[in-house]
Amino acid sequence: MFRKRIVICLDVRDGKTTKGVRFQGNKDIGDPVEMAAEYYRQGVDELVFYDITASAEKRGIMIDVVKKVAEKIFIPFCVGGGLSSLDDICRVIDAGAEKVSLNSQAVKNPKMIEEGAARFGSQCIVLGVDALKDPQMPSGYRVVINGGRTPTGRDVLEWIGEAERRGAGEVVLNSIDADGTCDGYEINLTRMVADNAGIPVVASGGAGEPEHLTKVLTEGRADAALIASMVHYGTWTVPQIKTELAAAGVSVRQRW
Amino acid sequence: MLVGVVDYKAGNLTSVRSALSCLNVSFTVSDVPEELRRCDKLIFPGVGEAGSAMDVLRKAGWPSFFSEWLKSGKDMLGICLGHQIIFEKSEESHASCLGLIPGEVRRFPGSSGFKVPQIGWNTVERKTASPLFRGIPEDADFYFVHSYYAVPADESSVIGTTDYISRFASAVWHDTLFSVQFHPEKSGRYGLQLLDNFLEM
Repeated sequence: MFRKRIVICLDVRDGKTTKGVRFQGNKDIGDPVEMAAEYYRQGVDELVFYDITASAEKRGIMIDVVKKVAEKIFIPFCVGGGLSSLDDICRVIDAGAEKVSLNSQAVKNPKMIEEGAARFGSQCIVLGVDALKDPQMPSGYRVVINGGRTPTGRDVLEWIGEAERRGAGEVVLNSIDADGTCDGYEINLTRMVADNAGIPVVASGGAGEPEHLTKVLTEGRADAALIASMVHYGTWTVPQIKTELAAAGVSVRQRW
Repeated sequence: MLVGVVDYKAGNLTSVRSALSCLNVSFTVSDVPEELRRCDKLIFPGVGEAGSAMDVLRKAGWPSFFSEWLKSGKDMLGICLGHQIIFEKSEESHASCLGLIPGEVRRFPGSSGFKVPQIGWNTVERKTASPLFRGIPEDADFYFVHSYYAVPADESSVIGTTDYISRFASAVWHDTLFSVQFHPEKSGRYGLQLLDNFLEM
């Protein structure tokens, strides 16, 4: 039976996992390799690492993190943040990542999606989209880049459609309005994108309780739900979340 | 025992290397058939597009190597694209494939409520007992990423099926040739166990 996926996101800065609210006030919360190994033991279905390292000279640290993670965990994981060329993508994939996530750089240079897909296949290229509510846009949501700081002229639905045609294999859809609030995913946004995209949609931003995941995976029609704070601070474990989802009738992987 | 891993520039092999290292087995990765002749087992992984993969394989002389390998009675395991291109042909770029086993590869039809590619975890229903799945529970999940699926001509070679849009052959066994559509190297503990089962045969 096909399963809905639980994806844990780790923001990594200078080789340390960090967590912030609405991209502000980040603080270090642990070692990404150890955390990845622990979540793997707990039965998470997939991991995403976002490199939010500010300085270019410290970027190499992330490659070491990816190599160590690849040696320890045997589930897929994705790496995003700071990938601005095909060479950057190659380095991350060679280090052992299953997929890369392209966000701001894909908006600035959409050809990167095609180049990445041609080289590694669409399954390798994940489009990361930060969506901000904006009634002026046709879909009601505007694409913002640079960690949520810079609005673009692009409409969320139109951009995802273009990225799919260019070869993106999956989309991680992050609601800027809900991110870090723990008040629940933005269901309308997720459902609109899931109904219109031909590729799988990973909902992101706002998870605080298992019922938030249930809602976005059923009403929101997402294929996967991305979580961070609710597990990073020890409020919930992966088995607890999966037990709740299964009890609510969501098909999840329960043996690992 | 020495395991050979076929490198034909289709996707990266880091995860296969990691899994074999984790299983404490000696292995060698090569893009030259001759270098794998002395191996005891062969793993044929791969992610990518069937047509260009076949071009690379032909140029390097792999098709005849595979035929000889199987003729000599040694075990081979195809994974993902390596599972698909052991068949005769693929709808993907109308590629003529290796033909190590009769059958063809088709694209998932569009179907509402189902995304293509299938990306994620799914179960494998066992059709017959096989050494490949020994000790792995029926409800174990495996990680799939694919837009195409194999249709073996001989149903008796199907050892496992998976339901996505329709029910398709996700695991195949023909003499000493095994192949799986999913990624055992990315399927957690049960994926590692499947690889170990293959190596223990």
